[in-house]
Amino acid sequence: MAIRFFVPSYLRPFAGGRSEVAVRSDARTVQDALAALWNAYPGLRDRIVTEQNEVRQYINIFVGSENIRDCQGLRTEVKDGCEITIVPSVAGG
Amino acid sequence: MQPTTMIKPKGGDAVVLVGTTKGAFLLRSDKRRKQWEVSGPHFPGHVVYAMAYDGRGGKRRLWFSSFHWAYGTTLRASDDFGKTWTNPESHPIKFPEDTGQSLKQIWQILPAGDDPAHLYCGVEPAALFESRDGGNTWSLARGLWNHPHREKWNPGNGGLCMHTVLPDPEHPGRVLVAVSAAGVYRTDDGGKTWQARNKGLKAEFLPEGSQFPEFGQCVHKVARHPSKPRQMFLQNHGGLYRSDDAGDSWNYIGEGVPSDFGFPIVQHPHDPDTAYIFPLEREMRVGPQGKVRVYRTRNKGKSWQPLTNGLAQKNAYETVLRDAMAADVFDPAGIYFGTRTGKLFGSANEGASWQLIVEGLPPVTCVRAAMLESDGMSGKAKPARTAAAKAKTGKKRR
Repeated sequence: MAIRFFVPSYLRPFAGGRSEVAVRSDARTVQDALAALWNAYPGLRDRIVTEQNEVRQYINIFVGSENIRDCQGLRTEVKDGCEITIVPSVAGG
Repeated sequence: MQPTTMIKPKGGDAVVLVGTTKGAFLLRSDKRRKQWEVSGPHFPGHVVYAMAYDGRGGKRRLWFSSFHWAYGTTLRASDDFGKTWTNPESHPIKFPEDTGQSLKQIWQILPAGDDPAHLYCGVEPAALFESRDGGNTWSLARGLWNHPHREKWNPGNGGLCMHTVLPDPEHPGRVLVAVSAAGVYRTDDGGKTWQARNKGLKAEFLPEGSQFPEFGQCVHKVARHPSKPRQMFLQNHGGLYRSDDAGDSWNYIGEGVPSDFGFPIVQHPHDPDTAYIFPLEREMRVGPQGKVRVYRTRNKGKSWQPLTNGLAQKNAYETVLRDAMAADVFDPAGIYFGTRTGKLFGSANEGASWQLIVEGLPPVTCVRAAMLESDGMSGKAKPARTAAAKAKTGKKRR
């Protein structure tokens, strides 16, 4: 199945310069889908999750309009054709 | 945002690297060190806590840590003075999965010894990483990580950081590190085992009767000269100290300064008995009495002299962080410091007078300086008949 990712501008150099990328995967969860994304674009991984495979504190991942932190985290289900958006928090100073 | 200008140093030039909370800046001057070109910001928006020169093996490499609030910390290098930077796909320094830890900051980058492939990084959470292949791959120093004290270490205000890494050039296998707020540790066997080396260091924030623990001191910085590695100077969280036995014991040397609290301590590049500090008032953590004063000892801490020519002496509330002071290797030596208000000061005459090199920078976290030689960047001190030695013996320079 195909999953479409929307990539924030800072990370686009690690996604071939694209704002959205599609990966084909049999993913059932966000974690599976991200693994497919890392496989295609390895430079995204360390910038989205830590070495302990935890989503970085100021990174938000939305499946459709739902933040996975409000769902099942990386175990949140994904379906064919779903859209995953990676969004840095409004933070800093 | 692209850097406004690029610097193009040539042999014999001075180069100063400035890390800030919003990016890095590179400066170049000739050997007189009066007029400076500034390039930057590099990595705008990134926090740069650590930088290093690496002129070994014919390289002219600059190393920088780069922390992005959302995307984490990575290690970057440039071989063309900032025209291009590496931006590794995978962050080079990572904690192994079994540690359960994730890298927060790189606090120290150290090209180690003469082997151009050998580097150390001190990081937060406090740990030592080592590379034997020129920074491509890094491994956690397990001997220290597995030390029974480590799980009892507590962070200082800046975090649980390893900010000092000092390999001993005369004693292969000996490395001294310092951690806030854990203290000093040393290995003599290449990292297999480590021992706390805090004898004589006071932890003034602990109750009376408990102020000299085996570990838990909030050491802010340690410095030493490569030609005299058993002698070290230490700026503590309250207290200036010297060791004459490679850290086995420490003796107080803080008489004669307006405050023995501070962050940086910098070794003179040619005189092992000369060091520089920036005393801070304890509560407000700015220069005491609103004065900007560097203090220097030329006799191993027996006495200290204020160096104020060219620095504001009233209504100036400046803070200098632990890595925001540095010396170059010219003769006479250049001394530099950056402030949290974004000013960079420099002296081309060992502190006798100062100039404001640049202002309006973001808060300065790190300063490094070097002389560019024709075969690369020199970070080496040169024990020689130098301006410092002549000043101590009262002989005038021609």
